[in-house]
Amino acid sequence: MARVTELQVNGARRRIDAEASRSLLSVLRDDLDLTGAKYGCGEGQCGACTVLLEGQAVRSCVTPVGTAAGKAITTIEGLGPAGRLHPLQEAFLEAGALQCGYCTPGMILSGVALLLRNPAPGEAEIVRAMQGNVCRCGTYPRILTAIRLAAKKGGRP
Amino acid sequence: MSDTPVKTLAFEPERYELHAPAAYHFDLDRREFLASLGGGILVVLAAPAQQSGGHRGGFGRGMPQQIGAWLHIAEDGGVTVYTGKVEVGQNARTSLTEAVAEELRAPLATVRLVMGDTDLVPFDMGTFGSLTTPTMAPQLHRAAAAARELLIGLAAEKWKTERGGLAVAGGKVTNPATGQWATFGELTRGRKLVETIAADAPVTPAERWQVAGRSTPKVKGVDFVTGRHRYPSDIRRPGMLYGAVLRAPSFGAKLASFNDHAARATPGVVVVRDGEFAGVAAPDREAAERAVRSLRAEWKAAAQPSEGELFAYLKQHAEAGSPREQGSVAEGMAAADHKLRQTYTVAYIAHVPLEPRAAVAEWNGGRLTVWTGTQRPFGVRGELAAAFGLPEDRVRVLMPDMGSGYGGKHTGECAIEAARLARAAGKPVKLVWTREEEFTWAYFRPAGVIEVASGALADGSLLAWEVHNYNSGAAGIGTPYHVPHQRIVFHPTESPLRQGSYRALAATANHFARESHMDELARTLGLDPLVFRLKNCQDPRLAAVLEAAAGRFGWKHRKAAPGHGFGVAAGFEKGDYVATCAEVAVHRTTGQVRVVRVVEAFECGAVVNPDHLRNQIEGSISMGLGGALFEHIEFEDGKILNPRLSRYRVPRFRDIPKIEVVLVDRKDLASAGAGETAIVGIAPALGNAIFDACGTRLRSLPMAPNGVRVG
Repeated sequence: MARVTELQVNGARRRIDAEASRSLLSVLRDDLDLTGAKYGCGEGQCGACTVLLEGQAVRSCVTPVGTAAGKAITTIEGLGPAGRLHPLQEAFLEAGALQCGYCTPGMILSGVALLLRNPAPGEAEIVRAMQGNVCRCGTYPRILTAIRLAAKKGGRP
Repeated sequence: MSDTPVKTLAFEPERYELHAPAAYHFDLDRREFLASLGGGILVVLAAPAQQSGGHRGGFGRGMPQQIGAWLHIAEDGGVTVYTGKVEVGQNARTSLTEAVAEELRAPLATVRLVMGDTDLVPFDMGTFGSLTTPTMAPQLHRAAAAARELLIGLAAEKWKTERGGLAVAGGKVTNPATGQWATFGELTRGRKLVETIAADAPVTPAERWQVAGRSTPKVKGVDFVTGRHRYPSDIRRPGMLYGAVLRAPSFGAKLASFNDHAARATPGVVVVRDGEFAGVAAPDREAAERAVRSLRAEWKAAAQPSEGELFAYLKQHAEAGSPREQGSVAEGMAAADHKLRQTYTVAYIAHVPLEPRAAVAEWNGGRLTVWTGTQRPFGVRGELAAAFGLPEDRVRVLMPDMGSGYGGKHTGECAIEAARLARAAGKPVKLVWTREEEFTWAYFRPAGVIEVASGALADGSLLAWEVHNYNSGAAGIGTPYHVPHQRIVFHPTESPLRQGSYRALAATANHFARESHMDELARTLGLDPLVFRLKNCQDPRLAAVLEAAAGRFGWKHRKAAPGHGFGVAAGFEKGDYVATCAEVAVHRTTGQVRVVRVVEAFECGAVVNPDHLRNQIEGSISMGLGGALFEHIEFEDGKILNPRLSRYRVPRFRDIPKIEVVLVDRKDLASAGAGETAIVGIAPALGNAIFDACGTRLRSLPMAPNGVRVG
């Protein structure tokens, strides 16, 4: 079976030894102890496992680690510039856009991917981009507020 | 390990919560723990003999006299509070921190809460029933107030002065007359004081709160937006393996044959077969999944009820129940000018906590330690002790702040499975249930049939009210309106599916039935639904939320666009009053329902944290509209047909209306818990609005999984 021996995660090369067919999510969480990406459904339906692959939001639970090799992976742990928060992380705190917080890393990374594509998205575009992320606590209106807040501040660190 | 037959696990959820065992008397003599605290002062609060459950009578029965909480101020001035309550997203960690900081007059950042660690915290039945705010918060207020008075005493002793002249602020005791001051740490250094205080020590009244009552942000919020926080499923132990469990193809099926040759031949894989339990542990998740797929098992299925016969089944298997009666319904009905009789039904729904059940179990000698997501750490400890024949003091359950529960994580099956695998593997094992397992092997909000009969005079005065609830539960089954003749009966039944607690329990179902029925009756009488409610309302707190919601909504001046409609609903439960107004749009040809706007007024006594309260109310509305409109468990012959998020629809961004929350802050009243009741108004408000929009009355939850059949 093909194996993957290196990933580029949060700007660093990380040595791993994983079968290429394993999910990116389980390698990040279990092999690299980057537990910010969460398991929620295992079928790419809830967005809790969202990470950035070359700046695009992907569902890491349905992404074989083999397809992520050689690409720049960003997880929630590596989002903010060293020691600081990304504007969208700050906006989540400002808007109080979480309860249990389990969906939060995936929400933030989906929002960041959107803001990378379009720094000033309209309401409908935000909803379209975020439709695949579930917050069971129902903080949706606050998440929209947070994304608008971050967009207003330029949306990038 | 015993197998877990579905039917014996069926319980009526509210009774289940109330009867949660409280068998453990906390042993104050835990010298090891006390020694580990080092010096400083420790305040131990004796819990009240009767835990006040607000309006839930009889709650205190069977509660042992026990320690409610304790609070330690270390020699460096750090404040640590130990409580059995847990954080599940309701922000109890924040509200309880506020309570302590309030009384200690200390910065929030100096207060740390240890929650839900059964080795460190006093016994607690669990975090449910909206009881944290009305029962634990006052205890922590008292413990912290006592600690404050103790610190004042220490300062008075130190400065050889009267304590009356001293003040506490900003984490310091000061003597304004002399300018002397001392930090908490300076006062506790070199001390080893234990003070046990009575449950009724005086606390700061809400009118004078300085810290509580404000919108304090979530404690450790940064850890949640950076991924640093470790949920139960994120716990990692040295040498840990990953577990997977072999599941029966249908409820009640028994293992007839079992062959694990392939799995056993795989290096690193451990296989366990113990009665009906079979599972594996392996070095990574995928290897565990492969190994469990390689198990060859044959099952002997047992016939099980299906969804199509659900409501008939519930009625056929019902007990008579014990009626709550007032006046004579027969007399009331005989005198009524208008009578109405309707039946409402509620489907099973799933909690779908985004973090499924998860546990990491580790054996050390004869001791078992389990990190797991649960609302009842002590309950799960009891389950583990029973499953492995251990005394409870050999089992430690730790509950890291988890990825929500909504009443769905009261039980410890995942913890037991992880512990069974870990015992066989001789290594720690992590088990995270798949979403499909969570949908199938947890438990559901009960389905139910609710029959309502009512009678009213032509002027709109209610005379008679009769309710029969089959299975869904007794929470919120009464009516908050004034009705002279009432007969209210809850009928427990056998349940085809395993069922249990859920946010607000049956209050959602019972409010749906009652408030839909009130709307139907108002239409029969030709009265405005709001006017009809107010006419029969003698409770000023209920009237206040109705008026607050209607006022913000613009109820009196509402004008419906074509296809749009308006609905109102109100209620009372767990010490909270709620009124909800909704606007919906029903698509003329597809019948699709769009929720346009929701206004909800809420009163829960003195508001502890306005922003977190709003968050709970907004969240309840968002979550509640799923169960109201489209969520339901489909099942056939012991199988769940939609056990995945691609098959079971939960509310998403596009479903969410404009939500406005009106808080009615009653500083003169004790604070009630507020994480549940806000969910009960949305379903009837939407049903009533749908009728207003298109003339179709929907009496079954979910109301419109595939849109409304118009006309």
